Amino acid sequence: MNKTVIEFKDYSFKYHSQIEPTLQDINLSIQEGEKILIVGRSGSGKSTIGHCINGLIPFSHKGDTAGTLNILGQDANTLDIFSRSKMVGTVLQDPDGQFIGLTVGEDIAFSLENSLTNQKEMHSIVKDTAAMVAMEEHLSSSIHHLSGGQKQRVSLAGVMVDDVDILLFDEPLANLDPATGKSAIELIDTIHKEMNKTIVIIEHRLEDVLHCDVDRIIVMEDGRIVADMDPDTLLASNILEDISIREPLYVKAAKYAGCELTANMKPAHISTFDVNRCRNQILSWYNQFAAASFTSKSERILELQNISFSYGSGGKTIENVSLSIEKGEMVSIVGRNGAGKSTLSKLICGFIKPNEGKILLNGLDITNDSIKQRSERIGLVMQNPNHMISKHMIYDEVALGLVIRGAAEAEIKERVEKTLKVCGLYPFRNWPISALSFGQRKRVTIASILVLNPDIIILDEPTAGQDLRHYTEIMEFLSELNQHGVTIIMITHDMHLMLEYTPRAIVINDGKKIGDTSAVEVLTDSALIQDANLKETSLFELANRLGVKNPLDFISRFISFDREAKQKWQ
Amino acid sequence: MGFLKLSIKTIVAIGIGAAVFIILAKFAAIPSPVPNTTIQTSYAFLALMAIVFGPVAGALIGFIGHALNDAISYGSVWWSWVVVSALVGFLIGLAAKKINIESGKLGTNKIVTFNIVQVLAQGIGWFLVAPLLDILIYAEPANKVFVQGLFAGVSNMITVGIIGTILLVAYGKTRSQGNSLHREM
Amino acid sequence: MAVEMLSYIERNTPIHRLTGVTKLVCFILWSFAAMLTYDTRILLFLFVLGIAIFIVSKIKLREISFVLLFILVFLLLNNAAIYLFSPQEGVKIYGSSTVIADFFGRYNLTLEQLFYQFNITLKYFTVIPVALLFIVTTNPSEFAASLNKIGVSYRISYAVALALRYIPDVQRDYQSIALSQQARGIDMSKNEKLFKRLKNAASIIIPLILSSLDKIETISNAMELRGFGKNNKRTWYSARAFQTGDYLTLIVFTLILIVSLVVTFYDGSRFYNPFV
Ligand SMILES: Nc1ncnc2c1ncn2[C@@H]1O[C@H](COP(=O)(O)OP(=O)(O)OP(=O)(O)O)[C@@H](O)[C@H]1O
Ligand SMILES: Nc1ncnc2c1ncn2[C@@H]1O[C@H](COP(=O)(O)OP(=O)(O)OP(=O)(O)O)[C@@H](O)[C@H]1O
Ligand SMILES: [Mg+2]
Ligand SMILES: [Mg+2]
Repeated sequence: MNKTVIEFKDYSFKYHSQIEPTLQDINLSIQEGEKILIVGRSGSGKSTIGHCINGLIPFSHKGDTAGTLNILGQDANTLDIFSRSKMVGTVLQDPDGQFIGLTVGEDIAFSLENSLTNQKEMHSIVKDTAAMVAMEEHLSSSIHHLSGGQKQRVSLAGVMVDDVDILLFDEPLANLDPATGKSAIELIDTIHKEMNKTIVIIEHRLEDVLHCDVDRIIVMEDGRIVADMDPDTLLASNILEDISIREPLYVKAAKYAGCELTANMKPAHISTFDVNRCRNQILSWYNQFAAASFTSKSERILELQNISFSYGSGGKTIENVSLSIEKGEMVSIVGRNGAGKSTLSKLICGFIKPNEGKILLNGLDITNDSIKQRSERIGLVMQNPNHMISKHMIYDEVALGLVIRGAAEAEIKERVEKTLKVCGLYPFRNWPISALSFGQRKRVTIASILVLNPDIIILDEPTAGQDLRHYTEIMEFLSELNQHGVTIIMITHDMHLMLEYTPRAIVINDGKKIGDTSAVEVLTDSALIQDANLKETSLFELANRLGVKNPLDFISRFISFDREAKQKWQ
Repeated sequence: MGFLKLSIKTIVAIGIGAAVFIILAKFAAIPSPVPNTTIQTSYAFLALMAIVFGPVAGALIGFIGHALNDAISYGSVWWSWVVVSALVGFLIGLAAKKINIESGKLGTNKIVTFNIVQVLAQGIGWFLVAPLLDILIYAEPANKVFVQGLFAGVSNMITVGIIGTILLVAYGKTRSQGNSLHREM
Repeated sequence: MAVEMLSYIERNTPIHRLTGVTKLVCFILWSFAAMLTYDTRILLFLFVLGIAIFIVSKIKLREISFVLLFILVFLLLNNAAIYLFSPQEGVKIYGSSTVIADFFGRYNLTLEQLFYQFNITLKYFTVIPVALLFIVTTNPSEFAASLNKIGVSYRISYAVALALRYIPDVQRDYQSIALSQQARGIDMSKNEKLFKRLKNAASIIIPLILSSLDKIETISNAMELRGFGKNNKRTWYSARAFQTGDYLTLIVFTLILIVSLVVTFYDGSRFYNPFV
């Protein structure tokens, strides 16, 4: 007795300011109690579909629609936004748009307040919900003081209190550390099962979402739905590869080895995946390759000595951290949400000043240098793109630094256009930034730093919200820069990214440095994994299930093959 | 009080507007050619908000913004001037319909209208209402408060005239026209 | 760029325990009393009472010293200005002239003028402690709920809540815009030339304002999605229930207002005249 809760029929939508429609010929129906995942490249129209469901289109984003959309059996055109808000609960992609309350507790309570829940009941609901996302100790903290990942948990809690039929999550994992991401997915699964809600998830981290079952995956490309099938069938096909969306790593490995995957091999989870059917192929493939090698560096470029820092009067956010970075290195900084990674990056760039300790650049003390002085050497791409953007148009934003430095116009144009191409933004160069998707906006901020050619580039979660294609283009460009001697420091929650590109990783927990070793070793140290909320990648599990003696070797050979395969894109 | 059933967008505009008003008043004083004096940008912003969101929003941003700013920076509220900020916001807002900034095009005649309205509104506020309230509430000497009002009024008229106009034009430019964006390869 | 602002200071004292509604109403009653009266006796009484309440609240002077300093300077300047513009205002009000020092022209120093200016200053001093206390002892979360409770529509109350909520956010935006511009090479320090500095200031202010306008859009979307405004009322997570202390305080403050008005206007004038 399945009831259709969302139904798009020949639906299309064009934003007021656009010439071409963003969504075209959408035919999609979602049944009650289903759990749907929408994937697609950045800018393919995923959030736009989400907005059609929750009513932001047409109530807030104006444009032209054609075709029909029914929600819970009613024509969406006849529903006002309040009736929509009783049907659909949304976690928005842009973290700044999500929070309304002054404190965590108030924010979680917001929609309860609006539905006139009495105060006593409200307090107990809020407490329980906060406990589900492990934020119960922060109920009275101001939202403003949370780390990126902590914010994301609060936003999950904020919609979980709603009594709505449909829950829509737009990139719920983007800023979560691996272990928290896993528990967030489990949490969504629990809500799905226990409260029998219909769930729509938009996410780039396909493999992480598949940690729990989903019923169907919708693949979008350029505003159209190009696939709508169950996960096993989709993963067995070549659809994702064709439009360069990252497949689960173990699936990728099997495909590289030349296995013919079929849906009944159950590739949707590593644990159900029938590895035996391609064991020999993978093993013989793996034996053909040499492991990726990284050359070691020697000249010290950046050094932090006993740095401590605290925001206001609270405890120390960074405590006695010392580290040094070699010239031409590529290093990851990893650690759980709220560990102090972003804070560390701001200290290095001088956005905030350490309470104790020294920072040396090329052996010279820069602790008291101004931001501007440091900026000639060090560039920082911040975690939240909204904190960096200050111009209205894309071109102007990327050109800003060069303009300030007084570069010649022709040179500016050349460099800006080159960088825009690297970041996949060239077609949009004359657009206002407000017409970009969230992932595109993040790329604008990356471009605005890359264009300046600093000696050291720090990127705070550069790949969050990016699809494989853009991710690879940016990362390959960075490693090319790296080969020319640029030092790159990356803050990331993506364990595979860390293994793939950075030989060395620094692990931060609770403001302290708890690990500083090779990336591979980090993921073999179970104590570190535990303390820093990290997670092994599925390649480990694949290697184990195949009985490979040295899983690390397996992974590094995979990486070298993978990078070669991706070179062909360029 | 039907007119007070504001749309959500207006409510948010009032809240955020008041916050921005305060931050501008506290941090964003522009250095001026006259030594040791700075140019207050908050009234230029108030004028912009009044034109974009109308008289009620203008009045409330002026009221809440000014009162909260007094409270958190000086620990007490100078009510007479708070009322004037609200009044100026309200009066400038009356021109919102006529200027209709959302339509994008901001010609010379709209800029002239804006400036006439802002000068009138601030004239009424600073030259008349502010001194009268000061006399009424604080029983301050008449000639002192009129000179004060004159000074505040004239400097605000000039800043709103220059910076307000710049802001209005900048805002007008961000209203993207329909059917204008496409990918250029 | 550390500009200090007053904000909620958490303590556990009888003053903090009063609900926001009580404090708001009392603050208004008090301001009325102090605004209407010019009666020196009443002002003195209110002043002493204000100081007493301040002591109970356990707020330390050093926590608010930057404001106090500012207020003192302001009062000094204001007094100077009044004297400059109207040295005989006191004589006009009190109807007598007791010269204590001879200066040129109309700038004779009279006892009446001194007394008048003393009263003006005292008037500020009666309002300030209470206003300060109201600000530093009221949890901002509770403030909007309080406004709503005393009859302000919840929409406008919420606008005030949003303003309080977004002051730190806008401030951070302001700083991040400034920082990210500096990180791309703008020099914000004072050693730039004036025209450059003007341009630099504009390069922060304009993006700040435009991004705030975008913010209005995103936030109203989020509020709409989470059902704000669907009912004619709303409940408040941070509202607090009235206790006996609240009722008592309200009664006492209402009495203070009434008594001070009666005493002030008993003789038909706002001013207490010791010179007759
Ligand atoms: N407000 C808007 N006005 C005009 N065009 C827009 C607007 N929002 C999005 N677009 C355009 O629509 C397209 C799809 O955007 P959307 O936000 O749906 O992408 P997305 O698939 O969610 O991408 P991402 O993964 O980066 O979040 C983009 O090319 C974008 O430029
Ligand atoms: N402006 C601020 N004021 C006060 N506390 C802050 C501020 N910014 C961050 N914090 C706190 O400092 C700690 C570290 O925050 P930080 O943003 O550095 O974490 P992070 O490691 O980058 O986390 P994430 O992976 O979630 O982005 C957190 O507990 C956070 O709540
Ligand atoms: Mg999106
Ligand atoms: Mg961070």
